[in-house]
Amino acid sequence: MADTTTTHSSGQTRREAQTPARTLLSLVPKAEAKQSMKDFKSDQEVRWCPGCGDYAILAAVQGFMPELGLARENIVFVSGIGCSSRFPYYMNTYGMHSIHGRAPAIATGLASSRRDLSVWVVTGDGDALSIGGNHLIHALRRNVNLKILLFNNRIYGLTKGQYSPTSEVGKVTKSTPMGSLDAPFNPVSLALGAEASFVARTVDSDRKHLTDVLRQAAAHDGTALVEIYQNCNIFNDGAFEALKDKQQAEEAVIRLEHGQPITFGVDQAKGVVRDPATGDLRVVDVTDANRAQILVHDARSASPTTAFALSRLADPDTLHHTPIGVFRSAERPVYDTQMADQLDTATEQNGKGDLGALLTGNDTWTVVG
Amino acid sequence: MTSQVSSHAEQADSAVVGGQRKPSGDGGKEVRRLDRVIIRFAGDSGDGMQLTGDRFTSETASFGNDLSTLPNFPAEIRAPAGTLPGVSSFQLHFADHDILTPGDAPNVLVAMNPAALKANIADVPRGAEIIVNTDEFTKRAMQKVGYASSPLEDGSLDGFHVHPVPLTTLTVEALKEFELSRKDAGRSKNMFALGLLSWMYHRPTEGTESFLKSKFAKKPDIAAANITAFRAGWNFGETTEDFAVSYEVAPAAQAFPTGTYRNISGNLALSYGLVAASRQADLPLYLGSYPITPASDILHELSKHKNFGVRTFQAEDEIAGIGAALGAAFGGSLAVTTTSGPGVALKSETIGLAVSLELPLLVVDIQRGGPSTGLPTKTEQADLLQAMYGRNGEAPVPIVAPRTPADCFDAALEAARIALTYRTPVFLLSDGYLANGSEPWRIPEVDELPDLRPQFAHGPNHTLDDGTEVFWPYKRDPRTLARPWAVPGTPGLEHRIGGIEKQDGTGNISYDPANHDLMVRTRQAKVDGIDVPDLEVDDESGAAELLVLGWGSTYGPITAAVRRLRNAGQQVAQAHLRHLNPLPGNLGEVLKRYPHVVVPEMNLGQLATLIRAKYLVDARSYTQVNGMPFKAEQLATVLKEALDG
Repeated sequence: MADTTTTHSSGQTRREAQTPARTLLSLVPKAEAKQSMKDFKSDQEVRWCPGCGDYAILAAVQGFMPELGLARENIVFVSGIGCSSRFPYYMNTYGMHSIHGRAPAIATGLASSRRDLSVWVVTGDGDALSIGGNHLIHALRRNVNLKILLFNNRIYGLTKGQYSPTSEVGKVTKSTPMGSLDAPFNPVSLALGAEASFVARTVDSDRKHLTDVLRQAAAHDGTALVEIYQNCNIFNDGAFEALKDKQQAEEAVIRLEHGQPITFGVDQAKGVVRDPATGDLRVVDVTDANRAQILVHDARSASPTTAFALSRLADPDTLHHTPIGVFRSAERPVYDTQMADQLDTATEQNGKGDLGALLTGNDTWTVVG
Repeated sequence: MTSQVSSHAEQADSAVVGGQRKPSGDGGKEVRRLDRVIIRFAGDSGDGMQLTGDRFTSETASFGNDLSTLPNFPAEIRAPAGTLPGVSSFQLHFADHDILTPGDAPNVLVAMNPAALKANIADVPRGAEIIVNTDEFTKRAMQKVGYASSPLEDGSLDGFHVHPVPLTTLTVEALKEFELSRKDAGRSKNMFALGLLSWMYHRPTEGTESFLKSKFAKKPDIAAANITAFRAGWNFGETTEDFAVSYEVAPAAQAFPTGTYRNISGNLALSYGLVAASRQADLPLYLGSYPITPASDILHELSKHKNFGVRTFQAEDEIAGIGAALGAAFGGSLAVTTTSGPGVALKSETIGLAVSLELPLLVVDIQRGGPSTGLPTKTEQADLLQAMYGRNGEAPVPIVAPRTPADCFDAALEAARIALTYRTPVFLLSDGYLANGSEPWRIPEVDELPDLRPQFAHGPNHTLDDGTEVFWPYKRDPRTLARPWAVPGTPGLEHRIGGIEKQDGTGNISYDPANHDLMVRTRQAKVDGIDVPDLEVDDESGAAELLVLGWGSTYGPITAAVRRLRNAGQQVAQAHLRHLNPLPGNLGEVLKRYPHVVVPEMNLGQLATLIRAKYLVDARSYTQVNGMPFKAEQLATVLKEALDG
């Protein structure tokens, strides 16, 4: 009992990593024994619709977690409301299924008070971008040490099929029989605009790519936003088919890799160049003449400008020229680290708080009998 | 600054304590002894009236008087100068005996401009002293507030003892050695007025001088100018013939139990209570908050105490404030969110989640006038039913209410006790009057504070039929019905909680009808079963037929009114609720003892509604919703009418 108290309130742990703090992940205690995917499966029956893209994401996350080698008890999944937000029930870690849109706020309180935890947020396009939009952008600008997995299926599933803030214009749904009117959010553009230090996009069905993005997100210090294109086979089936169908994907998907030229298509025959006239990006056929102009992806650039331009490449209707991978992975001060530093600084400057002295203050008088 | 008040006899000879300057009493100046005084400083919101009042209060506290204060200011930071809505005032009641309210009617009004006079004169009884800054009584300024002729000359102030003082001119004259514009020099006129009043009432001066030095440490010229103005005001009182009398109000040593005292406002006491609760619980304090009047001062105060391990998070909105606090509670912090009524409305869904998660969380509501934005800087008690019922579903939340500014300290500790013991969100219902008002506080010994250390879960708490040891997050303590608090980082207790209905014991999602019925009733039973002390009734003779029942900040005015009636030979019983949910176990029996029950509230009868519904008693409601606390005289009249039938 007492050991638990002192354990967490001091931020220390029984098995604190011996290695020097290289990333904030090193503050999270390591598992004593080797883990397997099975260790991360809870005893709860998974209740998503058969064929839902969420199953693939769950399997990828459960499969990836042992690689981190963190003590399971120091991992927390926090979610809001929606189909994706049932996720924490299926992870054999600590978890909270909270209320609609508020997971980033709740996770902020947890992460900023417990730096020995690895805190993950699972959310959807409605949860994160509609009712919870405010919390998402503020978590991103603060750069709290959270890993946010945004399952984007471009539809409201749990409420049975209304259009979402990422649905394409003109979407015919139960609530928009004549087509939706509002222009969608591009989650990657939004995150970059909100000063996100890490932004990536991946696809539910590409387990290898998804795992690779999770790996980079987990290693990032600060908020990592991972948009995962996820198929809702009941209400918006095939929304990302252009990226999944092998033939179409050749033209549609641009795989971003840091330090590599941005090329795609059959034989990597297409590439991305900067238009000198507008500064914008455009797709060209790669030739010997223009090969040197092909943009080399720099996810670590301090400026988010090119990452933003990349986020605008995709055609919102056909999904052609959709970049996936890590758009941005930049170093920025981390909120919870700075919060902890201020506590340390205050203690250095003023000494550890003395309650008696605080209550007494400077202006007193004494009444004696 | 520490002063010693050792005995009543000694006080008589040491009206001025601590080696301060004191009025000479020479030159034929008379010194009169008073048992109590009510002063109101009133001016433009830019005139520094709150600072002036605060300083006079500090001087008075250090002198050892009992005191009670009522700051009253507009919501606008700088309302248009010279207008009635822009008037800011600070009322202070101090005495040589124990007092309970900031006083009904001022004995002295300091009016810095025509608007201040006009806005306050109705509260001032004939015979009172009025000090006016004549420099501001220009034709234009008087016309602005509707004075067709000068009230200083047209006889409308006949019957008052008016002191016309050109405060601005005198201040500028006193500061001529400083290279300041007339406008800048004039800004110190509040310190001139403070100096004059300090002379008039024999207040210690050292504290204000050192306060000014430290406040303007980076601008020594400004510090020196303000101190010069302050001294000039004091000297003006000493020399001018207009002020022929000064007054002594002896320290109130008889009123106070032995101890060391300080002056404290409600929000400061509440902040200290939270820091103390964190220490007593051995848990780090986490405040998630969004700025809102009149609660922001708690955020400001707690943000100064990071060396106590206090984390303050200024969130993007009210919802994120409580969300972050709830996240920290899940992680094992003593979690708090602070707000006022409109913020509570926004937090309601998260409070419901906390009810469902059964995690400890303090929700501090510094009530203000409502509905909607209402009266941000004025007081009201109209969030009681919001705290009680303002959530979807059956979502019971305990409610604790402080009764005086200093009591906010103890109430915060009590709210923390309930939250930690029963794993529940708890409402702490203060209000604008308590938040900004102040009174002397006997500083508690730290080792007298309650032990609030919670028991965390550390291992399995249930054995399955097959003998397997497991952890069930919703298996309850049979005594408190609290569920275990298993914080992340505890091996083997990994579990998932959420706002969906949970199966009793396991905490797994459950849509089973009988289980939901059980869980709803169990959550209610947990709150109903919270251990709260019996209600104490103050009924000296035991023969009273009338009980006056209150809650929260009405304690001062109700007690003062009861005292008046008793002094007039009437029998009245008084009881005041600290716990509004659950109500004390003996309340029903207490209510039935009295044929007449009166419930005064600063709302339209919210406690009365609860009492009538729960106990089927014919409690009479007396209400006021004008943004101000009750006046003792007014309540005394109401109670007298109730007594007379």
